[in-house]
Amino acid sequence: MNWSDAVIQFQYDLGAPQELSWLVEGITYFVGALILAMASLTLALLLIWITRKVISRIQDRIGPNRLGPYGLFQTVADAMKLLSKEDIKPTSSDTVSYVIAPVLAVLGVLMSLAVIPFGAGLIGADLSVGVLYLVALGSIGIMAALMAGWGSNNKYALLAGFRVVAQLLSYEIPMVLAMLAPVLLVGTMSMQGLANAQSLYLGPINLGFGWFIFVLPGAFLIYMIAALAESEQTPFDLLEAESELIAGFHIEYSGMKFAMFFLAQFLNSFFLGAIAVSLFLGGWQGPFAGQVPLLGPIYFFAKTFFVYVVIQWIKGTFPRVRVDQMMQFAWKVLVPSVLTLLLAQMIIMKLPLPLWLNAIFVLVANIVVVVVVLNVLGNYFKREQVRSKRAFEPTSLIGTMQPVHPSSGD
Amino acid sequence: MPELPFPLPPLPTVSQVVFLMIAVLAVFGSLAVVLARNLFHSALGLVAAFFGAAGVYIVAEAEFIGVSQVLVYVGAISTLIAFAIMLTRGMMFGATSPRNRQSGTAAIITALTFVVLMALMRGIPWPQAGEPIVDGQLIIAGLGHAFVNEYVVPFVLLAMLLLVALAGAIVVARDRK
Repeated sequence: MNWSDAVIQFQYDLGAPQELSWLVEGITYFVGALILAMASLTLALLLIWITRKVISRIQDRIGPNRLGPYGLFQTVADAMKLLSKEDIKPTSSDTVSYVIAPVLAVLGVLMSLAVIPFGAGLIGADLSVGVLYLVALGSIGIMAALMAGWGSNNKYALLAGFRVVAQLLSYEIPMVLAMLAPVLLVGTMSMQGLANAQSLYLGPINLGFGWFIFVLPGAFLIYMIAALAESEQTPFDLLEAESELIAGFHIEYSGMKFAMFFLAQFLNSFFLGAIAVSLFLGGWQGPFAGQVPLLGPIYFFAKTFFVYVVIQWIKGTFPRVRVDQMMQFAWKVLVPSVLTLLLAQMIIMKLPLPLWLNAIFVLVANIVVVVVVLNVLGNYFKREQVRSKRAFEPTSLIGTMQPVHPSSGD
Repeated sequence: MPELPFPLPPLPTVSQVVFLMIAVLAVFGSLAVVLARNLFHSALGLVAAFFGAAGVYIVAEAEFIGVSQVLVYVGAISTLIAFAIMLTRGMMFGATSPRNRQSGTAAIITALTFVVLMALMRGIPWPQAGEPIVDGQLIIAGLGHAFVNEYVVPFVLLAMLLLVALAGAIVVARDRK
């Protein structure tokens, strides 16, 4: 049973007149949307706390531990501070873009909640184009970054805005293509349909372990890398580079407007993790989730928080990539490999074989592609290492003290 | 079922109210495109108009086209237009007049387009309310089948065109040694 049907029935049981069915439905969806939005805004406080704790532990610190149990209320205090700060608006900024940009940034992220299946029948709206909807929402974030960069009337903000758009557009392609892999496997774009398809029946009992990561590990890997770039997390956080660069496209923002961008970023990394869970890690599926519906949301959030912690783990561990490396990695590594994966999957799925044999072949194709890509990359980096070492050997510089290309200028 | 103590006035349905809100967004967005003094504001108006069009599609239960509209027009084309405006010198902050010598011609062509479109649309037997709506899943599957069966030649030709454009852009953009 769907949650909305249950709530509508509850209102009729309370005595709502049948003629006002439009009002009853309106109230139901409004309340549902309100709860989701409010809950996720509160969730952001928890997410920031988790990030701080995980990063602290990686850096051999304790992290926030004064306010509340385990420092849980530290972020609440920080939010209070941001709320009470002066709202500065640069004089020569463009009011419309400057004010709307932070709103759009959060809106684009929050809207993805509508199609995330938290449990059986617990999904805001089970659109038949759910996956495509998630993809389309990415464009709102891009517009927000552009508007913020341009509206601030600051050349550094504008350049950073361009940088954001370049990164988000580049990594959107491998991410979308990787999201296509489970869609191809099931033949539906509805998020609930995808979650339902990841069950594994042993006789009448749903073990809930038919996760697509067991069939499509390559697509999952590519999705996660692209999602890290989309949410501007660490290996790809050169847009912001908290410790070195100026802040990026939101340099002119302060107080609560700045907090909105911050919020959007944290929620985005959480929701991209939630999408990864729904598409590849079984969604709400798990042992006995079919029998005990309450287990569904518990499994879902457990998996999503696990993915989130892994993202923070990466944040605490990895160095940052350079901007040219970032672009090359998207266009020369991720896009070709995900295209190969999809092509192999399409051909295999058209073979007249039983389903389980098809799945095994798809798995083999995934593993082969990942191994080949890793090998090629490994060889490339080995050669690159040798080359860069040679270039700095003193003897190799003898007789080369002239411009390599006379026309190159620098 | 308790009776209401008063007769209800004929209310607009929810989808009518939603449609009106979306239509207002689309119309004001379009007006902003042609009337804004700042070119970037025109681009933002265009984004609003695109969102309005997507909203109309979604109200008409054509979710696939609506979402594709956002993906293609807002995600790609508006970004491209915004980039083009930002990279054009002198266009960024200076106020430009929304009119030029071709205003009159443009107005006539727009009016003619409107008349032709209205004449065309009046001749179409639109589906009436209450007719069964095809499941979204089937629409997408049907679209996919049509692309690789009936319309495979235009589909492949379009793909070739895009590929050529992509290769051409790279050739134009790379620095010649």
